[in-house]
Amino acid sequence: MPYKYSIDQKVYSFPDLKSVLAKASPFRTGDALAGLAAESNMERIAAQYALSEIPLKDFLNESVIPYEKDEVTRLILDTHDVNAFQEISGFTVGDLRNWLLTHEVDAQKLQSISRGLTPEMVAAVSKLMRNQDLISIAQKCEVITKFRNTIGKRGHLSVRLQPNHPTDNLQGIAASIVDGLLYGSGDAVIGINPVTDSVDVVGNQLQMMDEIRQRFDIPTQICVLCHLTTSLELLDKAPIDLVFQSIGGTEKTNASFGINISMLQEAYEGALELNRGTVGQNVMYFETGQGSSLSADAHWNVDQQTCEARAYALARQFSPLLVNSVVGFIGPEYLYDGKQITRAGLEDHFCGKLMGLPMGMDVCYTNHAEADQDDMDNLLTLLGVAGCNFIMGVPGSDDVMLNYQSTSFHDALYVRQVLDKKPAPEFEAWLQQTGILDDIGQRRTIEAPHKLLKALQ
Amino acid sequence: MKPGKTNSIQQDPWEDLKNFTNARIALGSTGNSIPLDEVLQFRFAHAKAKDAIVSVLDNDKLKSEIQNMGFPVWEVSSKVNDRDEYLKRPDLGRKLNESSQKSLQEAQEAYDIVVVIADGLSANAVNTNILPLLKEIIPKLEGYKIGFVLATMARVALCDPIGTALNAKFVVTCIGERPGLSSPESMGIYTTYAPKLGLTDERRNCISNIHKNGLDSKQATSLLFYLIEQSFAKQISGVDIKIDVKKLLY
Repeated sequence: MPYKYSIDQKVYSFPDLKSVLAKASPFRTGDALAGLAAESNMERIAAQYALSEIPLKDFLNESVIPYEKDEVTRLILDTHDVNAFQEISGFTVGDLRNWLLTHEVDAQKLQSISRGLTPEMVAAVSKLMRNQDLISIAQKCEVITKFRNTIGKRGHLSVRLQPNHPTDNLQGIAASIVDGLLYGSGDAVIGINPVTDSVDVVGNQLQMMDEIRQRFDIPTQICVLCHLTTSLELLDKAPIDLVFQSIGGTEKTNASFGINISMLQEAYEGALELNRGTVGQNVMYFETGQGSSLSADAHWNVDQQTCEARAYALARQFSPLLVNSVVGFIGPEYLYDGKQITRAGLEDHFCGKLMGLPMGMDVCYTNHAEADQDDMDNLLTLLGVAGCNFIMGVPGSDDVMLNYQSTSFHDALYVRQVLDKKPAPEFEAWLQQTGILDDIGQRRTIEAPHKLLKALQ
Repeated sequence: MKPGKTNSIQQDPWEDLKNFTNARIALGSTGNSIPLDEVLQFRFAHAKAKDAIVSVLDNDKLKSEIQNMGFPVWEVSSKVNDRDEYLKRPDLGRKLNESSQKSLQEAQEAYDIVVVIADGLSANAVNTNILPLLKEIIPKLEGYKIGFVLATMARVALCDPIGTALNAKFVVTCIGERPGLSSPESMGIYTTYAPKLGLTDERRNCISNIHKNGLDSKQATSLLFYLIEQSFAKQISGVDIKIDVKKLLY
């Protein structure tokens, strides 16, 4: 339905809910590229006023992508929890923002309404927020997941060790794994992006990582970030802890990734059956990122941040161990500079957490974006304050396979130190036993004959 | 003494693992942080990559070299006005501006192969790698009628309107790839049989990673020549032509 707002004697009208959402979004190049962004600052603030007055109930009556055309929309509406929605059902979007910030709303309260929120409501409220709102509300959430260790507890920050190699060389990958472990990284997952997504290559990588994990008795999980169909083929042939998949917020986006909801369900059930977790059975790992729907020409004129939040509705169906946005990877035509990447990273973390997801973040940029390590330091620190579950650990920040820059093992030590964060408890105990951390959690000097250095022999 | 090398630095006793990967491992530490010489090396690599993004094609040199080889050359540009717009509007980088469109159409020519030399995200990559490639590949292409186009502010798909305007059967697009820290001068080649507006990437074949630590001009030529032969024999390009790099090169 159409919405209107008058400001300074001018009437701004918006034909439907999705256009209010798009025009209320803080500026980013991707929405401009799609022709969806507000055309002036005045139009943006008018849209934000209009959005603040929209009742949350409207979101249940008007879907931004038609129910009959999109299985993600069907999932969102069919799984909406009316009981969880009860307490906030009389709110406008603006009311929701103010209420979320009150002292009475704590982790437990946030959890109790989580399934009553649709991704569009969550995206909407985020658009009205300042960065500090996104941080302080996300910080109240505590989303804990488990497989071989416990991730997401308050006061903890985990790291995905990302040991990529430009030719999938197993020794090269192992060298980066050892380097990362000796710097205290790897508790979220040890996860490789393969160059070649084939059963042979992925199977060998899984085997190699599982051998290292078992040999040194590391309380963590391994994953090759291959296509879901490759994992399905390998379920009974290779040691699969977690099934990975990139997902998006529309059926068409997911089709461009070669997946749909029933394939995700099949993979989820397959991985559960393996029963490899020791302290829990969260078996899925998802990556997302603003702009993927526009990039796949699959956005239905919905702004990129709302599309992103819809991906989280899909993710939460499968109780994932890990979800992260790859926020700065997509390039400057979607997120132009450090400012836009920072904003998007905080939005994604907030939206995911509010929807009950174990949100992590690939704090990253490409060389054609207007960003550098200083921007990453800022976002990393902000996300640490916001209670981000995990970040990436890439040797020296430089991913030599994917050709972009993320956070380093050193960066993880930095953020743990300045914010007094600890690794996952089981992993921290292992780091101490292995002589990598001392009793108070400081990294020790590593002497030459350390046993992990024999991993490549 | 290297800058920043003082006693405060804790070396990592696993430098030998660097033999297995070019990843930045065994960096050592000062406190929890990366030692200064590594920080500066990283910034050096980033500076090089950033400069590559704004580098420009050496049109004068390329034009005279190609004309000396006896081929016609056109200079065209996309609808993009400056580098900033180039980064924000990939859609405009896929369209010819009006004067370019006109000059190509006025040629009233038809070519077997049009080679588009495009700046992409690193003109430096093309300035460095294109002439050695041409010296290898051109002698193998006797019998084909060939024309050249130098394209600025160009995305890969700009080859479609170029190829259409020059009635090309086949377009070879040599373009600067997104610079990485370890490869700021990497050129890619995309081939398109029967170019037309609106083609998507699965209709093209790609040879990536042509730079001094990647594929050399001889290797790139082997792959490109294979793609040209396959495309002309099957009258297609894209996913239906499989390119087994390992088999062709090693």
